[in-house]
Amino acid sequence: MRRLIQGRTTEFTLLAVMVLLCVGLSFGTDRFLTISNAFDVLNVSAVNIIFAVGLLVVLISGGIDISFAVAASVVQYLTVLALTALGGGNWAEGFLVAGIIGIGLGAINAFLVYRLQIISIVATISTFNIFFGLLMFFTKGVSIYNLPDWLSTRVVFYEHEMADGSWVELTLPVVVMILCCAATSFMISRTTTGRKLYAFGDNPEGARRFGINISAMHYISFGWLGLMAGIAGLMQAHYAQEVVPNALYGRELDVLAATVLGGARLGGGKGSVMGCVLGVLLVSITQNGLNLMGVSPFAFKMIVGAIILIAITLSSARFDKLLPDTLKSSARKGGQG
Amino acid sequence: MSAEPLLSLKNIRVTFGGVRALKGVSFEVNPGEVHCLAGENGCGKSTLIKVITGVYKPEEGAEFVFDGKPISGMTPTLAQTLGIQVIWQDLALFSEMSVAENIGFQLAVTGKFGLINKRAIDEAAEKALARLGVSLDIHQPLKELPIAQRQIVAIARALVGEARLVFMDEPTASLTQSEADYLIGIVRNLSASGIAVVFVSHRLAEVLEISHRITVLRDGALVGVYPVEGMTQSRVTELMTGRNFDSAVIAADHDDAPVVLSVRNLTRNGEFVDVSFDLRRGETLGITGLLGAGRTELALTLFGMHKPHSGEILLEGQKVSFGSNRDAIRAGIAYLSEDRLSLGLNQPQSIADNLVMASLDRILSGGLISPTRKADVVSRWISELGVKIGTPDDPIRTLSGGNQQRVAIAKWLAIGPKILILDAPTVGVDVGARAGIFEIVRKLAAEGLSIIIISDEPPEVYFNADRVVHMADGRFQAVYDPRRASLNELESAVYA
Repeated sequence: MRRLIQGRTTEFTLLAVMVLLCVGLSFGTDRFLTISNAFDVLNVSAVNIIFAVGLLVVLISGGIDISFAVAASVVQYLTVLALTALGGGNWAEGFLVAGIIGIGLGAINAFLVYRLQIISIVATISTFNIFFGLLMFFTKGVSIYNLPDWLSTRVVFYEHEMADGSWVELTLPVVVMILCCAATSFMISRTTTGRKLYAFGDNPEGARRFGINISAMHYISFGWLGLMAGIAGLMQAHYAQEVVPNALYGRELDVLAATVLGGARLGGGKGSVMGCVLGVLLVSITQNGLNLMGVSPFAFKMIVGAIILIAITLSSARFDKLLPDTLKSSARKGGQG
Repeated sequence: MSAEPLLSLKNIRVTFGGVRALKGVSFEVNPGEVHCLAGENGCGKSTLIKVITGVYKPEEGAEFVFDGKPISGMTPTLAQTLGIQVIWQDLALFSEMSVAENIGFQLAVTGKFGLINKRAIDEAAEKALARLGVSLDIHQPLKELPIAQRQIVAIARALVGEARLVFMDEPTASLTQSEADYLIGIVRNLSASGIAVVFVSHRLAEVLEISHRITVLRDGALVGVYPVEGMTQSRVTELMTGRNFDSAVIAADHDDAPVVLSVRNLTRNGEFVDVSFDLRRGETLGITGLLGAGRTELALTLFGMHKPHSGEILLEGQKVSFGSNRDAIRAGIAYLSEDRLSLGLNQPQSIADNLVMASLDRILSGGLISPTRKADVVSRWISELGVKIGTPDDPIRTLSGGNQQRVAIAKWLAIGPKILILDAPTVGVDVGARAGIFEIVRKLAAEGLSIIIISDEPPEVYFNADRVVHMADGRFQAVYDPRRASLNELESAVYA
């Protein structure tokens, strides 16, 4: 048990905060603690979790990416246009096209960071503006409401009507999200490539001396995020039943905060899929709870920000720094006794 | 020991941009031997290690034999395959990973079908640690281990790579005495199990304790290979430094000159205790001692960057208390920092801008920097100190270490100081250029400047100062007059 907790303190703290929050919310509103609400939260969070596990890989390898959310918008637009032009398409073609375009956009970032030696935050802020600028310029901001049938038809894997008349639904985005999490988790923790990514993010010079291919690390991490962004884009279009060029604008910061909240280190070398999922869910649960409690939506951002601050303070174990020194030493003694 | 050497190099020559880093060096290591590679900073030790591990290519005519087989075109990968491992001074470990993941990293990146076998990694880690006779929790994150145990992890990692020859670059530099003793025990175990270890260390006592043989390099050339029997620390030092340049003592009396700086019982808790001395006009005081003796801390206090907890500083008889180093500079104290590269000079900026950095208020005209005054100051000091430059507008990083140091000194001379403190002035300056720096120091002293030289190389202060203080554990231990005391006396006190 000790070994299980060791190295996973962030995940356990997040879980604890989440449990506390859920207990509080289930007293605050009777709609919160229902199975159908839990599935709602999952359906709403799916796209962000797919983004988050992609971003996780870039963070682990020591980089950062700001452009993935608008890249996903580009993917949505191009995929729908391309497949419509080709006569409609289907899910398989959709995933293929979205994935390839996503990887391509990720490779642009990898090229800038590795070849041109531009710091990843600067490189991706630039591509963020370029991607979004090109998208708005060519679309003139016009949305696509007329999606191909396969994309706009809801795919429900399981549904069940509860006694109170609400529905439990397991939808395509959730299933895809689970697959993305499993794939990412496998890649980063079971493969040699994953070990190399952690090593490169942890100590780039040490990794270089070990003969790790640095160029490959950049293309794999940004390419993986590109792939996830492409899939997330497709899922978001499917979920929203439309393609709006600026729908995902701003999503990058929400996802980044949730991922870091989940224990990914901005300096690289650390982070887990479980942490990402918990990070995103914590934010979603908060919003969902506030919604059900009838809190003004204008207060959401403020409260979500506060929850993120509290959770990150607790999980980075810097809590004791807030206490005065005298309290600290007595607390330490107490802890030992 | 076997008659056949494990590694044999002959006639290794390496040149960097016209500078001969290695001038036909030969080097030999026997199986299972602990071999010390000794020499001063910049003597070519690291270059030699990098040749052996395939990072640098030697020039034509080199002979490279490992385990009886001639090797042409060594690469880092080939070196690893052959079992040549380097434990770098910075260890190159991964702090977020566990002990096992670090030790078994080689297995983790070469797994079958691109997959990791966690059990194989754990087993390899346990086995390597058992071979070293160490027990560690292999699932503990590396970042929680103290530096000495990380050192062990790095050694264990080399064992997983089937090491036959291990280079250890200053492995004890950041260890306490008992940790270092422990490490030495580990090195003995390695040697007993047939692995050859090449040890690079400045701690000569330690070197003499564990090595079988010592190879000494100086200025990129081989001085000789010596069995450790009958070697003494001072003999090794002599071989390392050569002392064939500048070996005349320059010390002289300055008793008639007025006292410029007087320090009385100066103490800063945890750094230095009860330091007292006088510095006269035109006098040069040398302070030497090991790293952590409190030398730099004392200098920073004299320079107003730290406040003393007790004691006083008198400048020309007047008690002074500096609020910051701006006060000290105004009072005529200049401090040439220990770390010239990152603190002393602004590398991307021009030579001229660096040179006037400390004396901007002297080149103002109507509140603005006057280009003509700036040019005057720059050309005056460039010629006075004999700095070799292209144009004053070139970035300072284009200059050699010795020339950069001259500009750094000029920067302080431009404020017209009374006292100049030089902290480790020859670090990163090659041997020839060092003599040039000390010539400048001598000339400045003759012109009446009072100088304090701080160095961890005793000969440097012995031959260039009027008086030498040995500092250890934050205290002035003893004062040596180079005209009366021998260098041996000073060195045995410092390295005791």
